[in-house]
Amino acid sequence: MMLSDRTDFTRLIFGRLSWDAIPLHEPILLWTFIAVAVGGIAVLGLVTYFRLWGYLWREWFTSIDHKKIGIMYMVLGLVMLLRGFSDAIMMRLQQAISFGHNLGYLPPHHYDQIFTAHGVIMIFFVAMPLVTGLMNFVVPLQIGARDVAFPFLNNFSFWMTTSGAVLVMMSLFVGEFARTGWLAYPPLSGIAQSPDVGVDYYIWSLQIAGIGTLLSGVNLLVTIVKMRAPGMNMMKMPIFTWTSLCTNVLIVAAFPVLTAVLALLALDRYAGTNFFTNDFGGNAMMYVNLIWIWGHPEVYILIVPAFGVFSEVVSTFAGKRLFGYTSMVYATVVITVLSYLVWLHHFFTMGAGASVNSFFGITTMIISIPTGAKIFNWLFTMYRGRIRFEVPMLWTVGFMVTFVIGGMTGVMLAVPPADFSLHNSLFLIAHFHNVIIGGVLFGLFAGINYWFPKAFGFKLDPFWGKCSFWLWLIGFYFAFMPLYVLGLMGVTRRLSHFEDSSLQIWFQLAAFGALLIALGIASTLIQFVVSFRRREALRDHDGDPWNGRTLEWSTSSPPPAYNFAFTPMVHETDAWWQMKRLGYQRPTEGFGPIHMPKNTGAGIILAGISTVIGFSMIWHMWLVVILAFVALMAVAVGHTFNYHRDYYIPADEVSRVEAFRTEQLASHV
Amino acid sequence: MSAPTDVALHGHDGHGHEDHHDEDTPHASFKGYMTGFVLAVILTAIPFAVVMTGGFAKPGMTALLVLGFAAVQIVVHMIYFLHMNTKSQGGWNMLALIFTIVLVVIALSGSIWVMYHLNHNMMPASAHDMSNLP
Amino acid sequence: MSDTTLAITDTQGSPGKLSFHVTGEHHPQNGTLLGFWIYLMSDCLIFACLFACYGVLGRNYAGGPSGKDLFELPIVALNTSLLLLSSITYGFAMLEMQRQRQRATQAWLALTGLLGAGFLFFELQEFAHLIHIGAGPGRSAFLSSFFTLVGTHGLHVTFGIVWLIVLMIQVGQRGLVPENRRRLMCLSMFWHFLDVVWVGVFSFVYLMGVLP
Repeated sequence: MMLSDRTDFTRLIFGRLSWDAIPLHEPILLWTFIAVAVGGIAVLGLVTYFRLWGYLWREWFTSIDHKKIGIMYMVLGLVMLLRGFSDAIMMRLQQAISFGHNLGYLPPHHYDQIFTAHGVIMIFFVAMPLVTGLMNFVVPLQIGARDVAFPFLNNFSFWMTTSGAVLVMMSLFVGEFARTGWLAYPPLSGIAQSPDVGVDYYIWSLQIAGIGTLLSGVNLLVTIVKMRAPGMNMMKMPIFTWTSLCTNVLIVAAFPVLTAVLALLALDRYAGTNFFTNDFGGNAMMYVNLIWIWGHPEVYILIVPAFGVFSEVVSTFAGKRLFGYTSMVYATVVITVLSYLVWLHHFFTMGAGASVNSFFGITTMIISIPTGAKIFNWLFTMYRGRIRFEVPMLWTVGFMVTFVIGGMTGVMLAVPPADFSLHNSLFLIAHFHNVIIGGVLFGLFAGINYWFPKAFGFKLDPFWGKCSFWLWLIGFYFAFMPLYVLGLMGVTRRLSHFEDSSLQIWFQLAAFGALLIALGIASTLIQFVVSFRRREALRDHDGDPWNGRTLEWSTSSPPPAYNFAFTPMVHETDAWWQMKRLGYQRPTEGFGPIHMPKNTGAGIILAGISTVIGFSMIWHMWLVVILAFVALMAVAVGHTFNYHRDYYIPADEVSRVEAFRTEQLASHV
Repeated sequence: MSAPTDVALHGHDGHGHEDHHDEDTPHASFKGYMTGFVLAVILTAIPFAVVMTGGFAKPGMTALLVLGFAAVQIVVHMIYFLHMNTKSQGGWNMLALIFTIVLVVIALSGSIWVMYHLNHNMMPASAHDMSNLP
Repeated sequence: MSDTTLAITDTQGSPGKLSFHVTGEHHPQNGTLLGFWIYLMSDCLIFACLFACYGVLGRNYAGGPSGKDLFELPIVALNTSLLLLSSITYGFAMLEMQRQRQRATQAWLALTGLLGAGFLFFELQEFAHLIHIGAGPGRSAFLSSFFTLVGTHGLHVTFGIVWLIVLMIQVGQRGLVPENRRRLMCLSMFWHFLDVVWVGVFSFVYLMGVLP
């Protein structure tokens, strides 16, 4: 009796978690775990040794400064890029060797987790944090604001995204991840077919990160609407701010759908409902339908800010104002609205009739029109400009060539009869990697190289930047052009083994491409290290290293906590360009105290508790779920009783910071 | 740009900006709430009465009536309880609402349309439909 | 941004030249009400998905009971009136808040909370009854979507009541200070928004659900 009592008690606390969940029997995971553990302990040890905990907590973790939060988002995205890419290179290696009698080194059980994790991580925990981070850092500076509209919420959103990432990483070592593909279609993801914890890790990490994404969308939206500098009406906003506005509209309008559909899947798995089951009237295609209502806008959430980056980069490095600003704005808005009308093109083959398929095929083709208009605008901006081929501009030119190819294969897929033979083939894989790497990722690297000096006060080393660019570009073509060929030959996605050895050469080419991309990522990391060591030589003294056009280049690099000592006034789109042209003199006296929000630890604490809730839901640890939920409510409500959330930076401190800048400008101009 | 006024009026008392937003505050009135309430009661009572007394001969007609009254009542709530107008928050409230309504219509009608077609094509209800399949 | 309060100084002091910064402190407008409205719009889309599920799956009875067999319209009518009454009492609380009458505001808030609790009571009773007679959320896709849609609305009402209690305490502690007034306005939007969703629920789920 005693024994069974104790078992019940253990189950109440630990749910279905036991020592068996630690994958000691899988050598690859074991060695990964050892490497991560050793690396992690080394990092923690170094932080402790240099007594950085207090600094990190005060200056970063609890910071509500949009610039620091933006940088933390970027760090999260880059760290997760390493994880997502190691999944990618494992898959490439497996597919390159797994032919005929050779079964490769990854069993299907493991391989399926890897392609799922790769997709989930790359979209939700690489692309999304990088995009959000860039918007967070740049938008308030571009509109002449001191912070975002809800600074505490911003910190909270970041930690919720991190919390989701932590859960995904945990699945590597405690239990396993989903084996369903990145969108977890039922009935495969239902409880009958996937009774283990993989899909639950998927659901809870995305739900928690989704809250963060949604709130940061609301936050940036209100920031752009309410906090623009005086004089900056809608048609005088920098184009990156415009694309950010549209992106955040998409986030706020699309992520609730993801939240709802994942909640329904969770109910099917936890509460025995029958939304997407095969019996009792459930309909699995309803899940596919709903998740793509989120999924298609999601791809525009990623690419639209990248369009904004390219617009800024092109006009800066061509030394001209952006060609067709107005058409650019309208193209972005049209893409925003149209992106809600195309979702069915992801499942043309599900069996809807000709009328449905042709409607969505046509809307999909229409969306390429505003996108094409943008390409022409960039080309006309470059036309007869004095183009400087700095690293951000290289990424932009690489994008224009690559993205057009991806766009054209996209239009091919939009034709329903063609899609019937290309659906779920490697052609599709090649297409979306073509637009996501050639569009989103190139845009993010352009943005990182472009705004890095603003964030840290020194430029990134151009040599390693160029190495990274060329390796990525050539590596991309090697890795994905073979997949187009294979797709046209009818090879389907998500296979860990092939019988037809005549295909092997294409997979080996693709693996070689992945290797080049690995070198490209290594170059980026080397670039950061080299730039840090050469920071004095690469120093940005006047805050305007590229001869920029928009307001973020009018303040120092890195900007002071308050961004602008005096709120700027705007008279045209390229506000800073106009200020420079008309010989604007920066004020050197008359500074007053500046009203700023106070740091708070509530965000990281709430997100930490959310991680606990997610983990205990995954493992059915009901007692912990209840306790953590009560704690979450208590901390959240308790936080609302804090009415002192702001403070003033005293006038003499502002004067001191500004005097330093005056000195810096005088000694280097 | 409004005509320049002096910021000194608002001073630095920490709540300086708190005072502004009252300009945005919807000006609710007893009359407004009562009008909304009475209209809502009527618009609720009629569809309930129609359905509870058996409805029209054609269920489709009843459904249409119920949906119509719901749509009108939602507008009443928006105007009298949520104080929607084209001016609050510089028109952004209204813009957000219209955009949301468009998306709700797309998601609802789109899903029903798509899934209806799917069921029609993939789950033939009768042997007659089955024989017509390719 | 025609509505900001600011002073323009001319950098050179001569008229006719553009000035490029604001002297003194620039106060952007508070964005809380707009932000909360945008949040509500996103919430609205969650409900749209649940309505879409009900629209698609709501007639898949899987041989089980249908809406006609289960729904008791008198109780739904009672619940509807409770929620509608709570909307108007919250409205009165807002009117008292505008007159800066703290006690009256709190009294109307308390009444609103009681009406909301009454709504929840009858809804939970309905759920308990349905589960008791074997028509629980696992019985059919129709009942899954019914319980989820109505339950999600009920969950929102529950959080609204918790929030309302917290706000009553905060108003008691600090009075109708600007922060509290803003919070009351947010909850007002939330509460009326739930009433709007309920209009959709009783029309689309209950009234149309009992039709043949």
